[in-house]
This record gives sequence, C-alpha cells and structure tokens, in this order.
Amino acid sequence: MKISEQWLREWVNPALSLDEINHKLTMAGCEVEGVEPVATAFSDVIVGQIVEIAKHPDADKLNVCKVDNGRGEILQIVCGAPNARAGLKAPLALMGAELPMPDGKPLKIKKGKLRGIESCGMLCSAAELGMAEKSEGLLELPEDAPLGTSVQDYLKLADKVVELNVTANRGDWLSIAGVAREVGVLTSTSLTPPTIPEQATQHADTLNISLPAADSCPRYAGRIIRNINPNAKTPLWMKEKLRRLGSRSLSPVVDVTNYVLLELGQPMHAFDLDKLQGGIQARYATEGEQLVLLDDQTVTLTRDTLVIADDEKAVALAGIKGGMSTAVSSTTQHIFLESAHFRAEKLRGQARRYALQTDASYRFERGVAADLPRLALERATQLIFEICGGSVGPVVDVCADEHLLERPMVSLRRERIARILGVVIEDTTVVDILQRLGCEVTANATGWAVKPPHSRFDITIEEDLVEELARVYGYDNIPAALKAMQPKLTVKLETETSLSELRAPLLANGYQEAVTYSFVDPTIEGLLSPGHESIVLANPISAELSHLRSTVWSGLLRALEYNLNRQQTRVRLFEVGPVFSKTEAGIQQQDKIAGIMTGSVFPEQWGQANRAVDFYDIKGDVEAMLAQASAQKFYFVPVAHPALHPGQSAQIATNQAVVGWVGALHPALEAKLGLGQDVFLFELDLKALQGRRLPVYQAVSKFPMIRRDLALVMDRSVLAIALDQAITQVAPPSLIHWEIFDVYTGKGIAEQQKSVAISLILQEPSRTLEDTEITRIVGELVASLQDKTGATLR
Amino acid sequence: MQSLLELMGTAHEQISSASNLASLDQIRVQYLGKTGLITEQLKQLGQLPAEERKAAGQEINLAKQSLANAIDLRRESLQVEALNLRLAAESVDVTLPGRRMDAGGLHPVTLTIQRMQAIFAQLGFALAEGPQVEDDFHNFTALNVPANHPARAMQDTFYLENFGTEEPLLLRTHTSSVQIRYMEAHQPPIRIIAPGRVYRCDSDMTHSPMFHQVEGLMVDKDITFADLKGILNEFFRAFFEDDAIKMRFRASFFPFTEPSAETDITCVHCHGAGCRVCKNTGWLEVMGCGMVHPNVLKHVGIDSEAYTGFAFGMGVERLAMLRYQINDLRVLFENDVRFLRQFH
Repeated sequence: MKISEQWLREWVNPALSLDEINHKLTMAGCEVEGVEPVATAFSDVIVGQIVEIAKHPDADKLNVCKVDNGRGEILQIVCGAPNARAGLKAPLALMGAELPMPDGKPLKIKKGKLRGIESCGMLCSAAELGMAEKSEGLLELPEDAPLGTSVQDYLKLADKVVELNVTANRGDWLSIAGVAREVGVLTSTSLTPPTIPEQATQHADTLNISLPAADSCPRYAGRIIRNINPNAKTPLWMKEKLRRLGSRSLSPVVDVTNYVLLELGQPMHAFDLDKLQGGIQARYATEGEQLVLLDDQTVTLTRDTLVIADDEKAVALAGIKGGMSTAVSSTTQHIFLESAHFRAEKLRGQARRYALQTDASYRFERGVAADLPRLALERATQLIFEICGGSVGPVVDVCADEHLLERPMVSLRRERIARILGVVIEDTTVVDILQRLGCEVTANATGWAVKPPHSRFDITIEEDLVEELARVYGYDNIPAALKAMQPKLTVKLETETSLSELRAPLLANGYQEAVTYSFVDPTIEGLLSPGHESIVLANPISAELSHLRSTVWSGLLRALEYNLNRQQTRVRLFEVGPVFSKTEAGIQQQDKIAGIMTGSVFPEQWGQANRAVDFYDIKGDVEAMLAQASAQKFYFVPVAHPALHPGQSAQIATNQAVVGWVGALHPALEAKLGLGQDVFLFELDLKALQGRRLPVYQAVSKFPMIRRDLALVMDRSVLAIALDQAITQVAPPSLIHWEIFDVYTGKGIAEQQKSVAISLILQEPSRTLEDTEITRIVGELVASLQDKTGATLR
Repeated sequence: MQSLLELMGTAHEQISSASNLASLDQIRVQYLGKTGLITEQLKQLGQLPAEERKAAGQEINLAKQSLANAIDLRRESLQVEALNLRLAAESVDVTLPGRRMDAGGLHPVTLTIQRMQAIFAQLGFALAEGPQVEDDFHNFTALNVPANHPARAMQDTFYLENFGTEEPLLLRTHTSSVQIRYMEAHQPPIRIIAPGRVYRCDSDMTHSPMFHQVEGLMVDKDITFADLKGILNEFFRAFFEDDAIKMRFRASFFPFTEPSAETDITCVHCHGAGCRVCKNTGWLEVMGCGMVHPNVLKHVGIDSEAYTGFAFGMGVERLAMLRYQINDLRVLFENDVRFLRQFH
C-alpha cells in the first residue's frame, strides 16, 4: 500500500516530520518499507506555452517552437515531441536547468543547435522530470497553469511516496483515510477530511436493486448520473495523486472510482447505464455461467460465486472485477455508480480461485467498513460532477441489516490489561486511547464495555483491545521483566544417547555435517529406492525438488557430486534428517542419521601410507557410532540393497528390527551419477540408536591372562559371524575376549580357502588357569569351529 | 710382575681412553674381575711377610677403590655421551604436521540451534518435536488461521498430492504447529522450545524452500508480554555475547498471537550506527512473537482465563548468518566442504 505525504497531510497534519510519522507508524505495526520522492530533483523548470510552431527545415520529426516563458520572453526551442502544438502549456527547462537522468548524473540544459537551428531550452516530458519510467510526448499542463511559475511548485512535487507493509488483519489501513486515522491516533491529532456533502439530486431515475444473496452482499448503494461530458479530462491534480499511488489514469469516471478507493478504501464500480438491462441484483452465479471481464477474459463461474447482474446476465464479478459488456467507454453519457458492501469471509478465496487479484478484491477480502458505501458514493458523485458535470439522481441504498456483521460489544477488564501486558495503564489513558481509535467506551464495574468502529473487523475479543492499548501506549513503554522462574531441569537421562553423542564419533572421523532438502529429484529417488511409493508435492518449486525423500542418500549423493565437481575428492558428509514413507496409517516420518564417504582414508600427508577408503572404513565409523547406543547389540547381515554393491552391502539389525544399511554404492549407480570413484554410504534410524547401557562395575581379575593364538584354514565363504557363533556356543566364562587378528588368502593357501588367525584371551577371576584346563578349552573351541564352519588348524 | 704403581698408571690410562661401555667393562674385568690383575695382587698378599701384609693390603685396596671410582666416573660420562648420541640421532622435525584424522564439524545451522537450545535450557525450556508433514488443523486452523484467510497467503504452503486422506496434507510452514501438538498432550506449566525444518514455496536469493525455525512457548498462570520481552532480551544478549545489545518490539500481526510483535535488535554489524546489513536503520528484524491467542488455547483445551502464555519463532538461518557473517543464504544448503570446514 502506497500513500503520499501530501495527500496524507491533507487529512491529518501533525507537527512532525515525515520520518517521525513513519517511525510511529512502523512501531505501531504499520511498517514503512520505503520512502521515494515523487519526482527526481530538478531545477529551473517552469510552466511555458508554445505560441507558434513550425516544421524544422532539415528534420522531419523536429519542430521549431516559439515558447512563452511567462517572463516577457519568447524562446526558440527545437522539439521532437509528437504532441507539441501551438497553445500547449508544458514544462519548460530553462538554460542552466538541471534535469534528472536515469544514470544519476543530471543533464544540464545549454543553448545549442539542433540540425542547425538554435534551441534555447527544452520542453519536457514526464519521464524527463523523473515523474515516470517513460512517457510519450510532452507533459501536458492544464490551460490555467500560471505561465512562468516553477513546475515543481505547480505540481507540488516536493512530495514523498511511502510504501507501507499492511498486515492481513488491517484492511482498514488500505486507504489514505485509514492511515490518516492511525496517524491521528498515534499523534493525538484531529483529522481534517475533505467535506463530502450529500449531492443534490437533479432527476428521480433509479434502478431497482435487490439482494437475493444478502448473506454475501448485505448492502448495495447505487445511483444514476445522466448526461456526463464524455469529453471531459481527468484534472492534472487527480492524475498526479493517482500516479503517485501507482494508479494509471484511464478516464474521468474510472479515475474517480479509483481515487475514492485510494482515498476512502471503498472499492466502487461504474456501469454504462445504457448497457444495463433492467435492475441490479447481487446474486450467486448459476453453475457454468459465463462472464467476459473488463480485460476481455472470459470466466466460467460456479454456484458459490457472487456476481452483480442485471435482469439478463451477470455484469460484474462482485467485489473483484467489472464486466466488459457494461463497461464505461469514451462515449458513455449515463452511468450507474455502485458502492456495495461484501462480507469479507464470503469473498475470501474467490479472487484467488479465478486468479484475479485486484485492488478491490484485496480490500474486500480484508474487510471494508459496512458504513462506508454511502459516503464513498457521495464522494464519487461529488468528484464526477466536478469533472464531468451531469445530472445526479437519488441514492438507492438497500441494506439487509440482519446480514451485516454486527459490531461486537467487547468487554475489557482492567485487571486483564496488567495480566497480559505486565504493566498497569491508567484508566484515563485506556479510555483516551480507545476513544481515539474510534471505539464507543462505557465504563462498568470491572472495566469497560467497548464497541469498536465499523472499520475494525480485527477487534472481536478482549485481547484485541489489549493489543490496541499496547500498540498506542507504545510497545517501547512496556518494561522487560525477568522474573524468578520455577527451576526446571532439562538434563537428559544417562541411559539416553543424545544426538551429540552419536555425532561425536563421526566428527572425530572427519565427517562434515550437511543439510540437504527434504524434497528431491524423483530420478535419483527412483535409483536409490526403486518401488518406493512416492510422496509428491502438489506445488513443487521445480521437478528436481518435487518428491519427499525416502532416503537421506539422495541429498548426500547430490552434495557429494557438488563437491567432486569442485575438485574436492576426499569427502565425508553426514546428515541428520527426516525421510518419509506411505503407510496404512498415513505418511510416516522417520529421522535418520546417514553418511557418505569417498576418497582417501587419510587427508594427504607425509607421515603414513594412504589408500582409498573401503567398506571396512565406513563400517568402522558406523561401529564407533553404534558403540554410543550400547543398550542394544547390532548385527551386520549380508543382504543386498538395490542401491548398494551386492557383495559389499550389509543390513544393520538389532534382535528386534532392521535399523539401517551400510555398503558401497552400486557401481552401476556410481556410473549413472558419473561420480568416477568408489562411494560408501550408511543410513540408520535415529530412534534405534537412543539407548545407552548404564555401566555396572565388575572387579578386574588379579590373576594372569593367558593368550593362545589359533591359525585356522577354512572355506572363503565362512563369515566372521559364523566363527563368532561357533566360539560363543562353547565358550566358558574364562574366555574373556577373542579377536580375529589376521585374514590371509594367497600363496600357501588353497584357491577357495582362507587362513584366519584368532587370538583367545583366557582369565579366571579368582585363580590362575591350569595348563591342562587351557588345553582342554582351546581343544573344545577348535572342535566347535571345525564342526560349525569346517575350519581346521593350519 | 708389574709394580702396583705401573699397573695403576696403565689402568687409569686405559680407563680414560675407553671409548664405549663395552671396552670399559673389559677393563673392569681385566683389573677388578675374579682373575683381574688387582685381584691377583690381593691373592699374592699371603706371600708377603706378615708385617708388610697389612700395609701392602691397604695399598692394594686403595688402588682397587681408586680404579673402581675411575671406572664409575668413566661409565657415567660414557653413558651421557651415548645418550646424547642417541638423542641427536632420534631428533625429528617437530614442525611437520602430526599424524591424525582431520576432524569434521557441525553445520552452522546445527551449531546455532545447539547454542539456542543451551541458552533456553538454562532458562528451563525443554525440547519438543512435531511432524514435518502436517495437517491443515495443526498448521493453520488450530493456530487461528481459518481457511481462505488472507493470513494464509503470508506463507506459501507446499501441499502434498492428495492420496485419499480427507484433509489435505502439507509441509509445515512453521514450527508453531509443534505448539499445538505439545499443548494437546500437556497441561501448563509449559516451557518448551521446538527446533526443526520448515518449508515454504518460495525460492530466490533470500528465500530457501526449506529452512529452520526454533519455536518457543511458555504458558503458565502469570505470563505477561513484559516477561516475553525480558526472556528474549536475555536470549539475545547471550546469543550474541553482547550485553550492550538492544532489543525492541514493534507491533505486528500473527493470527496465533495477540498482542503480536516483530522483534528487532540493534544491528550486530554496525551496533546501531546504520550500515548495509540493516539498510541504514540500525535495527535488524530477527523474529516474530506475541502472547498466545486465546483461540489457540481454546483449540487445545487450555483455559485462557486461568493461563496466559507467550510464543516466539525465530529463523535459525537468519541468526546463523548474523552470527557468522554469512551474506548468502544459498551457501547454507550447497554443502560445499570448503564452506562447512569453516565452522570448527
């Protein structure tokens, strides 16, 4: 919403600078977003008049003008404007004048020759004065513009346009009058609105108005004005005011309705009376009814859309846009003026549905005061009569009172003000503020009964009034309090694994945390989770961001690609975030911790042999993380995953459930994504990793530990987990630890075999183990290994 | 047989010229060993006349003592020499970098959330969570934003393609939905913050379709707008580690709070003098807040006569960018490791 300082000051003129007014508005919630001058600074431009005009002898498009400067001189000026003509008054830049230029450097007007003819000054267009982006021809000044006076003064260009960010609750600020009311309240200044008398009627013709859809349109005022002058022109002052607020001048009647909309906030419409058939009704459209709008667009309506219709057909989309068939044209002589009230909640969504956001719909959706149509109608009549003359008919103002939104009586309790704001506001101040806001205030035992003005649809409950008080009293005047609060510990349980504890080993192992979008490219989704039922956004930013991800890998792979494309070849990333899936119960969100790894195992350095990472590097990182979730035992099970290398892919499971995956990216995918190097991935359910074992002390044995190493030969397909099972099945309590410390294939070992070296650590808590015992235990272990896995001692 | 004197002369010479511990030990054996030359002399004492024996014995013992001392001294000095040699041989270039894994680090968004969490934890705010795919009720209706209300246009919502649910599903546009979820399950006193991802259908230089918010909610018997000011003041002082930071409330509109405020702080770059970051106003808009709207309390079954409360929602990216002087929102989601490494 734009306002002009001058227009505002016509309505309310506190003894404050514009900056001071703007600050008050901003602090009160009517945020000033910018201030622009209405014209760029220029000097020495006066009202001049072309007294004679002749063709330039050597240039088709140029004229040689004799221009009266109003100071007793006739200047010769060469001018190329198509509208230059004898008698025209236009801005005249004198020699020495400085005109604004788009590049910021002013253009200095000097005496010069154009195609050999001397030119002593310049006649200006609006654009040349910084009043328009571009313009064709000279800025035409009215015939009564006083010759020789400064154009700046004449056009009152020492004005500023203030851009306001009006919040959705304050439709009442969408007009000069509304902002003026607010400024009046905030500065305790009385308003000086223009006088709007009831217009005398000169004929008795009326249209019959009926309101069959009174729940949406409970009030409709209209009048006929006959015999307006179709050749009348919008006066410059009005064009200027409209221009400054961003409204283009079209024709006097349309300009007046726009003017009233900007000034009072009441959207209006003018119909060509001759094109209306019979009376006016505000009714719902019939299903499929068609209407050609002012912009020549045809809309097909549904039954819940309110239209303005004559006896034959819909003639306007109520509160949104007028229709083509009844539009005012350059030949219109008789008009019917509409000034109606539509219920905001009924109109909401309609403009959006037809993709027709207009100044009118914008205001009606936010609420326009129900008492405004009559005043606006009189204002518009006054202005049309001034500009176009005509014969004014009586107002027909039909009102279905029972459908008007009743102004609520809101109770305001004194005690509640302090209770909500934490500050006591004096009774007199409370009453003063409310009255300045236009409320009717009646004192009662606990406080006041308050009736807000028509325009304040946003005030319906006590808290709304408290906010009004706070706003006008000044948020700055409410102290900041820091009261003693009941202590409340927010310490986590020791047996809970925090996110920080899970992340710590990843950070220590060189992983950077990434944050990637929750919505991804369906192509990569399809590669990673074929067969997953997609969850698709109805209105994505782009196709690449259209599917909710089923795995964090999609984002991490893109991030990896991004880094590889920028010469970052050693990358470790992890992310904590949600993935989504469809279940019978609806959409399920699961939080995951996922990682990706590629490149060398160590950063490049002098001190150790480097190599590319492999499966066991990422598995080690996963194990370090799982160690933080010690309440559970996790197993790595060789299971294929569509996105992973079938021989280097493990499902991670607890005794209850599958909780994640780790593995090498499938070489086919790696090729498809064009990554060019081995990539390893993991992903785990965050929820599955949230328990820690509470440590329970166990005495450390004081007796010697015995180590025995076994060298076993077995088939290559025997898994380490099988060895583990074979050992644990027969292991006595004295076997306190065992470990595979070497795996060998190659020379000396048969083709399909491998050699595995296992260390066994034995210890008794209360005695020294005997040799015979040790030999027996080792014998049993070897027997079990042979029995379960076919392993034999080497 | 050499005289003791000559023997001593030779021995001392040999000791002082011994070049290592092994040859020194040989010398010790040669003179003081079981069959050493001095030991031999002692053995021959018996052959001397009895009256000379005592004196000669003393002489030999003195000589033995002196040799032993000389050997000990020489040993010590050889040991020192040997250690020095070893030390010299073992010296390394301590300026070469150590052998290590380079540490990773947290994303600045996470760092910021962690700092916020830590500050609010000290004020007794517990952590709460809610789903990111939300229904219309929790994201809008319960927050006092009815259907078609212009306030909905304030936030461009991502909707999911309908798959047969009665209510349209959407990606939550703010963490305020967690307020509703939490209050549905808990009665006051309530003191929570809820960090998380939020989504809006907007993408340009200064808008990301996904970003993070931290929602705060406190509901109790006597919570006022002044308390909200007080708590946020403390928060900003702690977050920017600047006791001089000033905060102001500006009136604003959010459907779920009444009164509502936009919160500005003095520009952290120019400290209020005016600069490009604050568009020469000296102030930075950092979050929205207000007193929980009675309609919101009504939707979750909390008596708004008995309880009042405040809520706030801050943009994590906004605060992270101010804190770490990041001037481009987009770098936060590119995940360039050269960017990420800057935060640890």
